[in-house]
Amino acid sequence: MHGFYIYAITAILLFCLGLWGLAFHRNLLRKIVALNVMAGGVFLFFISIANPDQSGEVDPVPQAMVLTGIVVAISLTAFALCLARRIHEKTGQNELDTSCSIEDGDG
Amino acid sequence: MESLLVLVPLAAAMGSFLAPGRGIASWGFLTSLAIPALAAGTAMDVYQHGARRISLGGWAEPLGIHLHMDGLSVIFLIMTALVGALISIYSAFFFKRDTARHFWPLWLLMWAALNSLFMVSDIFNAYVVLELVTICAAALAVLSGKTESLQAGLRYLMVAMAGSLAFLLGVGFLYAETGMLDMFMLSWELQGGPVAAAAFGLMTTGLVMKSALLPFHFWLPPAHGEAPAPVSALLSALVIKGSFFLLLRLWVGVFEPAGITSHAAYVLGCLGVLAVLWGSYQALIQPRLKLIIAYSSVAQVGYLFLMFPLLCTVPEAPWAEKAWAGGTYQAISHGLAKAALFLAAGNLILSTGTDRIHYMKNIASRLPMTTFTLGLAGISLMGLPPSGGFVAKWMFMQAILESGQWWWAVAPVLGGLLTAGYVFRILGYAFLLAEKEPRMLPVPFVLEKIPLILALCSILIGFRAEEIIFLLQEHMLWAIEVEGDS
Repeated sequence: MHGFYIYAITAILLFCLGLWGLAFHRNLLRKIVALNVMAGGVFLFFISIANPDQSGEVDPVPQAMVLTGIVVAISLTAFALCLARRIHEKTGQNELDTSCSIEDGDG
Repeated sequence: MESLLVLVPLAAAMGSFLAPGRGIASWGFLTSLAIPALAAGTAMDVYQHGARRISLGGWAEPLGIHLHMDGLSVIFLIMTALVGALISIYSAFFFKRDTARHFWPLWLLMWAALNSLFMVSDIFNAYVVLELVTICAAALAVLSGKTESLQAGLRYLMVAMAGSLAFLLGVGFLYAETGMLDMFMLSWELQGGPVAAAAFGLMTTGLVMKSALLPFHFWLPPAHGEAPAPVSALLSALVIKGSFFLLLRLWVGVFEPAGITSHAAYVLGCLGVLAVLWGSYQALIQPRLKLIIAYSSVAQVGYLFLMFPLLCTVPEAPWAEKAWAGGTYQAISHGLAKAALFLAAGNLILSTGTDRIHYMKNIASRLPMTTFTLGLAGISLMGLPPSGGFVAKWMFMQAILESGQWWWAVAPVLGGLLTAGYVFRILGYAFLLAEKEPRMLPVPFVLEKIPLILALCSILIGFRAEEIIFLLQEHMLWAIEVEGDS
């Protein structure tokens, strides 16, 4: 039972750490890494609930869900990296424009 | 037949991806012919025989993937079919060839994902299709490739991904607590308790982030405002409704029976009221047409969240049926009216070459049809009779008064006034005479008619309240005992 709590609590901490990074880092690459830390936390949680009482029997369903989740996270990360690179090419910046130019735009 | 609702757009998406030739739009045409017919067939079936579910591949309850159809899902399916088909026809005439090559596969894939979202019956597949919708929507939002739209799209993608991860962690909590994923089995099994409450909080927060409720609305106006007109229409009319649908289904189906919703429901209601007021106020002061419409989406989404305090605080409330009808009507009529507004705005931008409403003078005499469309869609948003928006607000008001929670009435009353303010602001410029006649390009016939049809639909659904209320009655929702196998 102890092992389960260690994994589960670490998973939640990783999730919170990633969320913090996503909210407070300005660099896009860091934000994307932070999202992946969040995802890692979620996946660790799923793995930890597959075998909560450390017995020989392991529930395969959470593991299947983790596999699907990893595929989703990879494709989203790839897409986000792609967008971040395009933004860097166009503006030379690695940050999102917070003072968003939507107020003025073109004349 | 129900699985075809997912299969047809999916196949068409693959087709348009692999054969991006001259006739790429024909994939969209074929789909927009097939889906409304299939959705109407499914709706008739549910209308006559009640809710049903299908086990895909013949796999039974705990392991298999199911499609679940009840009154709520067919209403959303029909709305998506109607809006999607009309926007597809508009897009076929709107996009140039190089953009069309990217637009069609993404939109058709998103259509397949939305259709399966409205029929989803277990929480993990809900996560997967929600992600499919998100990634397609973000890719569509950056279709123009301009810097502003890239930044808006990336911000949307990151917010949505964080929301989905919170949702997924909630799925993990529910699985750890109950060992099951099927929503309809969960609705019987789930008891209250800290783990269930944590799952509830995580899933609600995740979905609220994706539905752009007030504190998380910041990504919506730039993402919807910078996208091409048909994409803005799709994002505002359909994508937001997807995550809202899932939220509604989880609250009413899973968490309300477990008795953990009542306090959170007031919070969502308050945020909804604030969203109505703040979104409408922002819409009043925006200088650009598409941003006015995008902020109006923030406000209109706020109305939807009034459902929760009315539905989820008192068990077996006698006004529940009216709250259901109000919320569903708000979702449909907003979908139709907002799609009409964004497409009409697209026509204006096409014709005048600018997005700023100061330059849109004297359009009433040049583009009377588009001005009429703006007016009609505005009537539905304001909630004037006999439009669909009127039925929504009327039902909400009745439910609010019956429940005695009179303070929610602020939103429909003040919100309606503020909506009138920004709609008349657009129309006011339309009727102003310009000092010197601006140069205006003609708008093709189809592009003018499609938004008009959408706006007319948003008015006309006000007359069909009876069928929709019947579809929402208790025995049409959650009736698992009627089990069909395909």
